[in-house]
Amino acid sequence: MARIKFQMGKRRISRSTGGDLVILLMLVLGASFMALPMIFAISNAFKPLNELFLFPPRLFVRNPTLNNFRDLFILMAKSWVPMSRYIFNSLFIVVMGMIGNVFFASLAAYALSKHKFPGANVFMTMIVFSLMFAKEVTNIPNYITIAYLGMIDTYWAVIIPSWGSTLGLYLMKKFMDSMVDDSMIEASKIDGASEFRIFWNVVMPIVKPAWLTMIILVFQELWRTTGGNFIYAEHLKTLPYALNQIVAGGVARQGVGAATTLLMMVIPIIVFVFNQSKIVETMGTSGLAN
Amino acid sequence: MNNISILPKGELNRFQRFVNEVKRNRVSYLFIAPFGVIFFIFTVLPVLISMGLSFTYFNMLQPPKWVGWQNYIRLFLEDEVFLLAVKNTLLYAAITGPLSYLACFIFAWLINELRPRVRAFLTLLFYAPSISGNAYMIWTLIFNGDTYGLINGQLLYWGIIDKPVQWLIDPRYMMTIVIIVVLWMSLGTSFLVFIAGLQGIDERLYEAGAIDGIRNRWQELWYLTLPEMRGYLMFGAIIAITNSFAAANEITRLVGFPSTDYACHTIMQHLHDYGTIRFEMGYASSIAVVLFLTMVLTQRVVQKLLDKIGE
Repeated sequence: MARIKFQMGKRRISRSTGGDLVILLMLVLGASFMALPMIFAISNAFKPLNELFLFPPRLFVRNPTLNNFRDLFILMAKSWVPMSRYIFNSLFIVVMGMIGNVFFASLAAYALSKHKFPGANVFMTMIVFSLMFAKEVTNIPNYITIAYLGMIDTYWAVIIPSWGSTLGLYLMKKFMDSMVDDSMIEASKIDGASEFRIFWNVVMPIVKPAWLTMIILVFQELWRTTGGNFIYAEHLKTLPYALNQIVAGGVARQGVGAATTLLMMVIPIIVFVFNQSKIVETMGTSGLAN
Repeated sequence: MNNISILPKGELNRFQRFVNEVKRNRVSYLFIAPFGVIFFIFTVLPVLISMGLSFTYFNMLQPPKWVGWQNYIRLFLEDEVFLLAVKNTLLYAAITGPLSYLACFIFAWLINELRPRVRAFLTLLFYAPSISGNAYMIWTLIFNGDTYGLINGQLLYWGIIDKPVQWLIDPRYMMTIVIIVVLWMSLGTSFLVFIAGLQGIDERLYEAGAIDGIRNRWQELWYLTLPEMRGYLMFGAIIAITNSFAAANEITRLVGFPSTDYACHTIMQHLHDYGTIRFEMGYASSIAVVLFLTMVLTQRVVQKLLDKIGE
């Protein structure tokens, strides 16, 4: 195991060794609690069927096999609507939803954070309150609206409402409040930059960690969508829906189920890792140096 | 224009001033317009409609019928299952809310001091359970009720129990297990936001603090870090409140719906029951309103508490 060292050299305030040890212990305990079920899930995907039903059950796989994945891909290939179509549907919804939500929410967050205008506080309060109202009961009015707009059985039924998702706006506003200095905006104004230029060229680069975080959140939210109440056409359904159908095959599909769980798990993690490397990069170059 | 001219003189000025104010800030309104329109159509309007529906009997086939406070009276005086759901939800929220909130902050704070590589690795490790979709379903294999369950298998093998325990069906264990699983995947959005927030704090603040006589990490946390993090802390609090009061999906997936003896029945599940199974939208809406008011009240209290930071 690599030894975890604290950045002692340039540390500003003295850290006691005892405190460091307690922290290390807490991190190790927390990390094990988080990691063990994940390891179990990963190792299950590589277990042959007889190991999935072994007594006593084992955490780790003994004879790893790719059979579960092979079975999964065979089932995928046999699907009536080509699997690639489901993948395309998912990607299209995720990407369009992400771009729209990040852009519109950032735009609004900038105005709410840096401009003073009548109604701003009311708007912000409504955003916060909306996070606390159960989505279940708003489904019916939403269905009527979406049907009225003629968007039932189109991607837009999922994409457009996601553009108004409030969590991201709230997040962006918090970050703009504390990361963006008013003086910087004033300076750009004196230089004659338009409001949109200030937003796009000054504010957005500073809050890059915020919108990268927001991308992860939106991705996570939309990646799971099955089209729900708004998409019925089989060829417009998403990947999670198709995979759920495959896993619903019962006990015989236990192995395939484990492989599917791993597949659905790995993709958001890859996006997250890629995204986080960008965040760390930003922090290193500009974020802290301002 | 005619309408305005009949207003008294003072009113006219006030209206005129308001119009001027709006005109002066038109750029700001343009900025919030695209989001605002979608937000209004798909969130504000539906919420207002369902608040109105909470005073009606509405079965989605016949037009809504006005019943006044009847739904609310039924909720608190006649619906025993609802009162059970309230009890469960409060217990669940009182445990998972504060614990997940603290865990998010504490782990973010601990990780923040590590070297970037280690920090990135641990962030991934802690965040993975909440991002990886249905990965929490692995817990149903861990706590499976037959001998193939990981825990049952091990306990049987060691001879601690002589027959499998029905972890997810027995009301004695269900709630505890649900809470463990939920805590396992609780290092989510707020955790990420806290890490990003901590990273954004200016290093010079701590240098200045050291000169001003801050001696240890606890003082540093209380007087420097927490006040800097106030905005993010409020964000995390709202996430914790909404997640803990509105829990339903994970619970249904883990222990089924309805759970044995309604032992894990939450307000949100009750709402789901009436909204999507029994199609009593009026009644479901009144549950949503009660839940909403509970959360708003909690949020106000938490806000008061957070205002005390760093005093």
